[in-house]
Amino acid sequence: MATPTAVPTLDPTTIDQFTPDAMAGVRSFPAPPEIQGAIGFAPELSEGWEARAIARMGELLQENRALRVFLDACVHCGACTDKCHYYLGTKDPKNMPVARQELLRSVYRRYFTFAGKWFPKLVGARDLTRDVLDEWYSYFYQCSECRRCSLFCPYGIDTAEITMAAREILNHIGYGQKYTSEIIGKVHRIGNNLGLTAPALRNTLEGLEEELKEETGLDIRFPLDEAGAEVLLVTPSADFFAEPHIYSLIGYAKVFHAAGISWTLSTKASEAGNFGLFIGNHQQMRKIAHRIRDAALDLGVKRVVVGECGHAWRVAYSFWNTLIGVGSGADPDDRYGHLLQKQLDHRYKQPSHICEVTWDLLQRGAIQVDPEANDHLTVTYHDSCNVARGSRMGDTPDGAFEIPRAIIRKVANRFVEMDPATIRERTFCCGGGGGLLTDDLLDVRIKGAAPRMAALREVVETHKVNFMATICAICKAQFTKVLPAYGFKMGMVGGVHQLVSNAIRLGQNG
Amino acid sequence: MSGLFYLATLTFLIGMVWKILQYARTPAPLKIPTTPAPPTSAGVVARLARETLFFESLFRANLLLWFFAVLFHGGLALVFIRHLRYFVDPVPAWLVWMQPFGIYGGIAMVLGLMGLLARRFLIRRVRYISTPSDYLWLVLLLVIGVSGLTMTYVAHPDVVALKAYIQSLWHFTPAPFPADPFLTLHLLGFLVLLALFPFSKLLHAPGVFFSPTRNQADDAREHRHLAPWSQSELESQ
Repeated sequence: MATPTAVPTLDPTTIDQFTPDAMAGVRSFPAPPEIQGAIGFAPELSEGWEARAIARMGELLQENRALRVFLDACVHCGACTDKCHYYLGTKDPKNMPVARQELLRSVYRRYFTFAGKWFPKLVGARDLTRDVLDEWYSYFYQCSECRRCSLFCPYGIDTAEITMAAREILNHIGYGQKYTSEIIGKVHRIGNNLGLTAPALRNTLEGLEEELKEETGLDIRFPLDEAGAEVLLVTPSADFFAEPHIYSLIGYAKVFHAAGISWTLSTKASEAGNFGLFIGNHQQMRKIAHRIRDAALDLGVKRVVVGECGHAWRVAYSFWNTLIGVGSGADPDDRYGHLLQKQLDHRYKQPSHICEVTWDLLQRGAIQVDPEANDHLTVTYHDSCNVARGSRMGDTPDGAFEIPRAIIRKVANRFVEMDPATIRERTFCCGGGGGLLTDDLLDVRIKGAAPRMAALREVVETHKVNFMATICAICKAQFTKVLPAYGFKMGMVGGVHQLVSNAIRLGQNG
Repeated sequence: MSGLFYLATLTFLIGMVWKILQYARTPAPLKIPTTPAPPTSAGVVARLARETLFFESLFRANLLLWFFAVLFHGGLALVFIRHLRYFVDPVPAWLVWMQPFGIYGGIAMVLGLMGLLARRFLIRRVRYISTPSDYLWLVLLLVIGVSGLTMTYVAHPDVVALKAYIQSLWHFTPAPFPADPFLTLHLLGFLVLLALFPFSKLLHAPGVFFSPTRNQADDAREHRHLAPWSQSELESQ
């Protein structure tokens, strides 16, 4: 596909030079009625949508303290105005986090606050009109829910929560986005976001086993639906056939093989991703997550491990215990939670990230590596937003930064960090997260990638970096697409377990 | 004046209790601390203390804004303490001792406010996001601050009569208000602020303590966090 976008340049001195409504017309395709209807939303906008939208907003305010506090607390200080990658890349002021929030807040004020009801002009309150609704649709799908703004906000206001609420209202009244709604339909119907059927999945995994047999001479397995396995691995479905994702899948298999851990994938839970998060719909998020609980119970596994997927890890780490009981600490009288938790082995963290598993094995010497195998690579690491700002690994608060880096340093000899202002909790989104990874938003995606690409360019030029490792399926897919627009090779992005796969010793400990 | 005093105070108290109860009673259905986050509640207390005393996140975000914000809020805190002398009797020694710092606080507060106001005019991004009320709040606070400093340095009001007046308000037997143009302006400004507090963006003050991204411990894997409306649906499955 031809690149429709001029690549933006980032110059701190022009941070204030913006063009109002530059991106107002950039909209992903709305979902057709049958797609919306199939997942329980109103099929399309119909008479009375205004009242239904306001009513839904009222319900969300009752259900979610974050939304209530965030809509009240903002003082328009401007701390967030230069923090969003979409603002930096598009220079549309409505992509400043505070301005994006204001699209919803202005309506909240009008219908739910004294000041907005009586003095709308004074406090910037607006009626909910079709124009406002279209504006919501444009700009709430130019937010990747990466939470970078929430890090810098003096009150911790998280635009992701506002975006999720707005998308939930839009879906509720029948104005959904085709990309996310279609995928949610697929995960319910077929079991994963990419619509890979059980026979096709089995076929793919058998093919991988044959390939690895040829390559290594070993029986490295990709088990599917094997009851009694110790580990259930839940991974993004892109890992099954997309590049570079699949190289990480091979890496996980080699790790389990070398450590002698029995594991299985599940046709029922053949997707770690959970787009219920992106649209802020609690019921969808739980329903999608529930397949993992069912698979864990059916297969009788002792551990649930999650593959390289950013938002999936946020849902798994932060929400699974709440949503489906995958975790620890359920009360004995919490029958729903206890039923699963008594089956799980709590000597391990539940759920565990594949990086936690691999790092633990590396530390204990249970797997061995030859870092020289990666000597053709100079590696940098892109922290994925949901991992960095919405979850954790290990026992210390910075585990999600340290553990993947520790693995990389162990399996590769040359590792370089990007600009400190763009890594760890300050990391920039890849530009394609949160339900934006669709070609109809390619313009936004390319522009939103600008801050990360600038930081990458710096280490490519000064340190000859030729590989950017990351642990997110969306990051991998997004970079594969946008790297060429910035003059880089698409193959320079890949997973941490792709590096592990290159370096791991198989024969000796298998 | 005394009627306004009682009315504004009552509006403030009722409004704040209502908002705080509303925040406290609205469930947080999911664990959403902005990570890296403290894993324990002691860590959360420390995080909130750093946030409210030193404006930690703002410091990370924007040094100039942080400077003006600290100047204003820090100054305001000193001014607030200085004004306690009108409300307590007898005035304790430490409060007498800190009086000059209250004046420095007043100057800092006004300088901070001028900085914050200038930002709204001079920085295009901030101008873009400013509503009329954003400017008016700063103007109101400046009116209160400048009228206060005027009474300190230029036109002293009868502070003995003022104290007697405020003491009388405590006992619901209002004495006559010591009419003075600057004092009237100063007090009216304050009463407007007080009455509008619970209906405005000044709610950021209680709000920060209820912000789930800041007040939740990062312990999602260790404890099953449940919200009533979410849980009842779970049980039926």
